[in-house]
Amino acid sequence: MKTQRNAELGLLAFAMVLVAAYGAIVEANQFDRVTSTFWVPAALLSVLFLGLHVVVRYTAPYADPVLIPAVALINGLGVGFLRRLDLARAIANKEPEPGFFAGTGGRQLAWTLGALILAAVLLLVIRDHKVVSRYAYTLGLVGIVLVMIPAVLPSSLSEINGAKLWIRVGSFSIQPGEFAKLALVSFFAYYLVRKREVLSLASRRVLGIDFPRGRDLGPVVTVWLLSLLVLVFEKDLGTALLYFGLFVVTLYVATERASWLIIGLLLFFGGVYIAYLLGASIGGPFANFYDRAEVWLEPFATENYDRVGGSYQLVQGLLALGTGGLFGSGPGAGSPGFVPEVRTDFIFAGMGEEIGLFGLSALLVVYLLIVERGLRAGLAVRDSFGKLVAGGLAFTLGLQVFVILGGITGLIPLTGQTTPFLSAGGSSLMANWLLIAMLLRISNAARGPAASGGGVDRPGGPKKAPTQLHGAMTEVIKP
Amino acid sequence: MNAPLRRAGVVILVLFGLLFANLNWVQAYKADDYRTNEYNRRVVVAQYERPRGVIEAGGIGLATNKVTDDTLKYLRVYPRKEAYAPVLGYRPVGLAATGIENSENDFLSGESDKLFADRVKDMFTGNNTGGGNVVLTINPTAQETAYKQLLNNQRDVEKGAAVAIDPRTGAVQAMVSIPSYDPNPLVSHDEKAAAAAYNKLNKDEDQPLLNRATAETLPPGSTFKVIVSAAALQNGYTQQTEIKAGSTYEESGAVIHNAEDEVCPGSQVTLKEALTESCNTGFARLGVTLGREKVMETAKAFGFEDDSLTVGNLEGSGLPVAASHTGDIKNPDGSTDKGALAQSSIGQRDVRMTTLEGALMAATVANGGKQMRPYLVQKLLSPDRRTIYNADPKTLRTPINESVASDLKEMMVSVVENGTGKKARISGFEVGGKTGTAQNAEGADPHGWFIGFAYNEKGEAVSAVCVMLENVPGGHASAEAARIAGLIMKAAAGRGGD
Repeated sequence: MKTQRNAELGLLAFAMVLVAAYGAIVEANQFDRVTSTFWVPAALLSVLFLGLHVVVRYTAPYADPVLIPAVALINGLGVGFLRRLDLARAIANKEPEPGFFAGTGGRQLAWTLGALILAAVLLLVIRDHKVVSRYAYTLGLVGIVLVMIPAVLPSSLSEINGAKLWIRVGSFSIQPGEFAKLALVSFFAYYLVRKREVLSLASRRVLGIDFPRGRDLGPVVTVWLLSLLVLVFEKDLGTALLYFGLFVVTLYVATERASWLIIGLLLFFGGVYIAYLLGASIGGPFANFYDRAEVWLEPFATENYDRVGGSYQLVQGLLALGTGGLFGSGPGAGSPGFVPEVRTDFIFAGMGEEIGLFGLSALLVVYLLIVERGLRAGLAVRDSFGKLVAGGLAFTLGLQVFVILGGITGLIPLTGQTTPFLSAGGSSLMANWLLIAMLLRISNAARGPAASGGGVDRPGGPKKAPTQLHGAMTEVIKP
Repeated sequence: MNAPLRRAGVVILVLFGLLFANLNWVQAYKADDYRTNEYNRRVVVAQYERPRGVIEAGGIGLATNKVTDDTLKYLRVYPRKEAYAPVLGYRPVGLAATGIENSENDFLSGESDKLFADRVKDMFTGNNTGGGNVVLTINPTAQETAYKQLLNNQRDVEKGAAVAIDPRTGAVQAMVSIPSYDPNPLVSHDEKAAAAAYNKLNKDEDQPLLNRATAETLPPGSTFKVIVSAAALQNGYTQQTEIKAGSTYEESGAVIHNAEDEVCPGSQVTLKEALTESCNTGFARLGVTLGREKVMETAKAFGFEDDSLTVGNLEGSGLPVAASHTGDIKNPDGSTDKGALAQSSIGQRDVRMTTLEGALMAATVANGGKQMRPYLVQKLLSPDRRTIYNADPKTLRTPINESVASDLKEMMVSVVENGTGKKARISGFEVGGKTGTAQNAEGADPHGWFIGFAYNEKGEAVSAVCVMLENVPGGHASAEAARIAGLIMKAAAGRGGD
């Protein structure tokens, strides 16, 4: 069995070369020349990723070799873009060039270090992903508490730009929801592996689709209510969509019942539509949601553009993307200063002006690669818990990318999500690197030689294997 | 569990496909829209990356640039402030320009197709040469005389306008409007300060932002008698034809008086005398005798009812000119309202005229019946001052033939020599014209008008002018207009103002 660690190293080097080239082009456009130190941020990042690579070599030698380089590329470009904003600001204020650890770019570099340490610790501590299932109920509780904290806290401690997603202490703030999704996926996976028999077998057939019994709907309805509460009290459709999508998908994967998808989608969009109507008629906690929908439908209408909290951000993001066009202005040659929140929510629009449709499409492909690699780990791993965790995490990551990018490109109503690995901010970076570490761990189990039970090399037909594994799966996660 | 996992992968694939499709929509299909969208600040910044072309007249820079050190690199400066504002307009940051700044915007900004070669050259040399320069027909001496005289008029009139035109070409020599405004605060790079300055001007009751010379129509009073005279001359009348007059004239309930008891009290007066003295009863009767159609047609032939005229370059773009109107002079049943016709024939009732149209009427008479299309842009120069466009005068319309024009000229000269327009006389020139005192709102002071022209010793028509003063207190409203008109024509003819 090949470990493919050297392939990972090679891809990582390639990613870092791209990041260094990005830095060089930024300097060429900003200063009209390339300084002798353009490579330093890329080199510092390389050292950090190399550290994680070494940890993976020893703790998860069979892990997927594409995940780290792909994520490192996005993370590196994010640091590069944030540093580019620092450079532009320094030039505008006639200040000297900021140091490598100064400004937003420097802070993001530090966050990357922190996130990679967390990922390494996870890989070192959790040598077998099934161990996580032992703490499933604790994780479930932690997840719900993390989700609810910002909703319960007063706005002064939790609200930024109209979305209550934060815990703010002084100038420091974290987004607990970013970590909640990890805990919730683990809990859902455990819960569903235990309940999948009853959820998938006890059903009534209506119009050719198997519908579950009413009493089995309990947990689904609970999570649905939870996400609608999030929607209303945290004023955030994106987060609600994320939690609910996460649950429905794990439920669907566990039970293999399409009816759950249909019920889930109907419940969610029904809820959203009712919230919209309530926002239009009675306002109150639904008003913010109604406003956002209006802004989404008519961003260029004067009354939406001029209103406080209106479509100004969305419009400026769209204009940046449109100005970039097919090829973009080139890294460092655009005007991201006109894009509000360009370091966080709108980083994709800011970058889009400079790297154009082609650059952004490439970035989308890299994201897609990460998600599909995560799903592939889920496909290949042999235990149900691992499948659900890997599938749930990878799907959530993909869904989050869709929610924020769809939001800033006007495809869906805009919500305050971070762009994974790209946006400035420690919570998002750390949570998503933990997610990647978990995927690495599971892919290691999937691709490595089996510790026990059936071998990987099954010369027999693949049809036979699932039935055999099917029985074994629930056994594996017994506490 | 693998089948649904694969399907989840397909869902992600579909979602990313939607993202990709939408990105194509935003970055490819809508890209040009967004690049030039009014909310896109990059458009504004890009516009200030190269110096805007200069607007100049008589070798004087009227709209120039100053280098700044903020993000917008060039500040527009209007050194002569109020005097030229109605012509130049102004160009605010991020909003639409007005005046010549607006109508020649493409050329001034350098985006015009006419400057394509210069832009291509820039691409190779790496220079960012400015936009093209616009040379106006304005004669600075005439313009500044007109502005100073209007502003410091001897009747304390606060609102008015004046236009002077070269009758032979249509080139505008002067165009002023009072009260005017200083355009400089409006183009400040501090957009809030600029908006505040604009709001203050926009709320001002005297409407300083209004170009009264082209955009405001008022009852023309007796100046309209030139039109009625032209209609008569074209229909067999001569200067010496006797027309009915009298001290009062009542027609279908409308009572016409003369301005003074001494004006045409007799029952008959020649056409020439009627115009010289500005005989109201005579012209009211004459209009009714000629009939509604002839009066309206002649007015239309002189340029009334034309709502498409612009004054700028001769290719089309320019300052829009409001249409002058005669009103429809009809009863509700469609028959001619004779009372209205009597009043309309002396420029009252629903007759409305712009100051520019007044100048065009005088210019037509002075140019032997040919009305030249008025224009403000003499030349367009490339950034390195090559001439790219030079105005080639065009005849706009020919409302009267030469003999009618010659008769009208003699009659109008008589007005200045012997009649109501004596104040317009200037030594060394043969001056003709027509005064007008227009009643308007009940209890308000009348508007004073003068339209006229001047010939030099060589017999060349050097200038035609119209001066309009709103609500002139103290009687003889047109006398002050005539005095100012004389000074403007003298300045335009190159003899200097006072």
